[in-house]
Amino acid sequence: MGLEAYLTLAAIVFCIGMFGVITRRNTIGILLGIELMLNAVNINLVAFSRYHGDVTGMVFTVFTICITVTEAALGLAIVILLFRIRRTVMADHLDLLKG
Amino acid sequence: MMDAGYVALAAPLLHVLAFLILAIVAPLRRLGRPAAYVSILCAAGALAAALNAWRAHAGDQISRIVWTWLPEQGQSLATIGVLADADSTVMLTLVALVSLLVQVYSLGYLSDEPKRALGRYYAYQSLFAFSMMGLVIAPNLLQLFICWELVGLCSYLLIGFWYQKPAAARAALKAFWTTKAGDVGLLIGIVLLYRQAGTFDLTELQVLVANGALPLAGLSIITFCIYLGAVGKSAQFPLHVWLPDAMEGPTPVSALIHAATMVTAGVYLLMRTAWLFALTPDVLLIVAWIGAITALLAAILACIQNDVKRVLAYSTVSQLGYMMTAIGAGFAGAGFFHLLTHGVFKALLFLGAGAMIHAVHSNNLSDMGRLARSMPQTAIVFIIGTLSLAGIPMFGGFLSKEEILGAVWEGGLVGPFIILMLVAFLTAFYMFKAVFLAFFGLAPSHASHAAPSHPHDPPASMSLPLWILALLSMAIGVYFTFTHPEPEFVSPGWLMPSAVGVAVAGIALAWLVYQRRAISADGLARAFSPVYYAAENKFWVDAFFEKVVARGALAFSGAVGWLDRYIVDGVLNVISAWTLTAGDDLRGLQSGKAQDYVYGVAVGVLVLLLWVQFA
Repeated sequence: MGLEAYLTLAAIVFCIGMFGVITRRNTIGILLGIELMLNAVNINLVAFSRYHGDVTGMVFTVFTICITVTEAALGLAIVILLFRIRRTVMADHLDLLKG
Repeated sequence: MMDAGYVALAAPLLHVLAFLILAIVAPLRRLGRPAAYVSILCAAGALAAALNAWRAHAGDQISRIVWTWLPEQGQSLATIGVLADADSTVMLTLVALVSLLVQVYSLGYLSDEPKRALGRYYAYQSLFAFSMMGLVIAPNLLQLFICWELVGLCSYLLIGFWYQKPAAARAALKAFWTTKAGDVGLLIGIVLLYRQAGTFDLTELQVLVANGALPLAGLSIITFCIYLGAVGKSAQFPLHVWLPDAMEGPTPVSALIHAATMVTAGVYLLMRTAWLFALTPDVLLIVAWIGAITALLAAILACIQNDVKRVLAYSTVSQLGYMMTAIGAGFAGAGFFHLLTHGVFKALLFLGAGAMIHAVHSNNLSDMGRLARSMPQTAIVFIIGTLSLAGIPMFGGFLSKEEILGAVWEGGLVGPFIILMLVAFLTAFYMFKAVFLAFFGLAPSHASHAAPSHPHDPPASMSLPLWILALLSMAIGVYFTFTHPEPEFVSPGWLMPSAVGVAVAGIALAWLVYQRRAISADGLARAFSPVYYAAENKFWVDAFFEKVVARGALAFSGAVGWLDRYIVDGVLNVISAWTLTAGDDLRGLQSGKAQDYVYGVAVGVLVLLLWVQFA
């Protein structure tokens, strides 16, 4: 398979993640969408790494995975705190920044 | 020689010291009489300093001390200091003398005032004297202008001393506004002169003029603007309206304003800058004619007044017109000489009038009469002052009046000369009208209101200044009758007899009308009915200001107000309303939901992408 196939897959996954982030009402769903977007980036990195025969992209991917995990942990912690305080995790109820 | 300059400087500093003590030490001020003693003590010191300075500068001795003020790029934009010469020190002495005597006199005159008011009065008096002295010794036009404004402020404060009286408050305001109208001209003139010459300093300016280095183009406008300041301060037509109203103040204040501090400032300014005015003969001609017209109108007005203070007020306006005419004729020295002698006997007349008013409790001549019996001392000094003003030989104003008439004749101004001769006649007439009505003639027919049964001579604190001024006035008269001062010009031989003759004729007419009653006053009024009618309406100058100037200003400010309210504010209000609505409409964008923002970012990125791709 050529590079295009990987890139297309990554784009599709990124768009699905983006869609999730924008449309999901549940905060946990939004977090999931973000995970998808990050993984789409990972696919891109690995694909280019193979294509150029350069290991740097792989190394970057390992970093990204680590960061993704931390982010998920932090995000969930925030969601739990949010639930404790506001008794809801629905994103459209959380509009304290409303102008 | 520096020391003499410092001596001259001591005089105003002593007055400002008194003012500061009274202003800052409030408990002392509230004590009244002790405050007055402090002020009088300083005034006495100031007189001694002024006399010393005068003696030191009697010849051609000039001392000039300047300190840098307002530094600008390494050099000084302006200076303050002292310029003491023969003219300024003799003026300084006059101011010091009159203010000291007025302060002593006020002790008696204002003895019924509450203590606090008395302290306030003396604080103002000291500030007034300080301002005028600062003006007199000013080495540059900027310091002169500052002191000029201070003098205006003090006159406002003192004319409005009885501020509970609506008339006094109004008169104070009127004096302030009217002189302010002239002051604007003065300020413009000074600034224009600075642009032309690059300096405010009188000595430097004089050098420039002497070297012919001052460009003549536009100088007429400058001198005219400076003259405007003098018109306001020295009560020249048509800005003379404030001076008669200023009679609402206490009588000693009137004496001070008329003799030494306020109205003389304008004449002094013109005398000080005479070399500048000499370059603009057209302006000098205006000065002379306005002076003569002022003298005539004021003299006519003085004839119909019943209030003794108003008679004196109009006579001051008239005499100021005299001085101005002499300056306009190109002989500032003659005008200045009359200023000095006039200062002495006008102070005397006002203080004498104050004694009469104090005794009778009324300003009106009709409430007086036969006062010569009950108040012989006052009668004698008042008549001395009157003879001085009328220009009778051996009395104070004789030679200075002579000099002015000679100067105007020598200047080739025949029109003003004829007017001034007529004014000399009128002056003698109205002054002796006042004398005959107040001191001789009939006792007041209606002993009804206020008039106490036993008017008597004033206490020592009041009569002492009167006698000093009367003797001084006599001494000046006798001295100058026998020794002619530096003759600037030779007046024709017929001048002196005719001037004296005119004055005697005026006295004779007053005697016939008001003493012998051989000619009826009403008949006289009928004979001159158009003039009388015009004078009764003050030649419509007040009405002109009230109707045309005041209404015009009101209409103009109304129009400007409308413009501001509906056009300027309107534009601003529309803009602010738009901003508010726009903000209201746009706030919907800030939903506060994170997802909306992410959506916005995504769309934005998409748009950017498309733009990069296709544009």
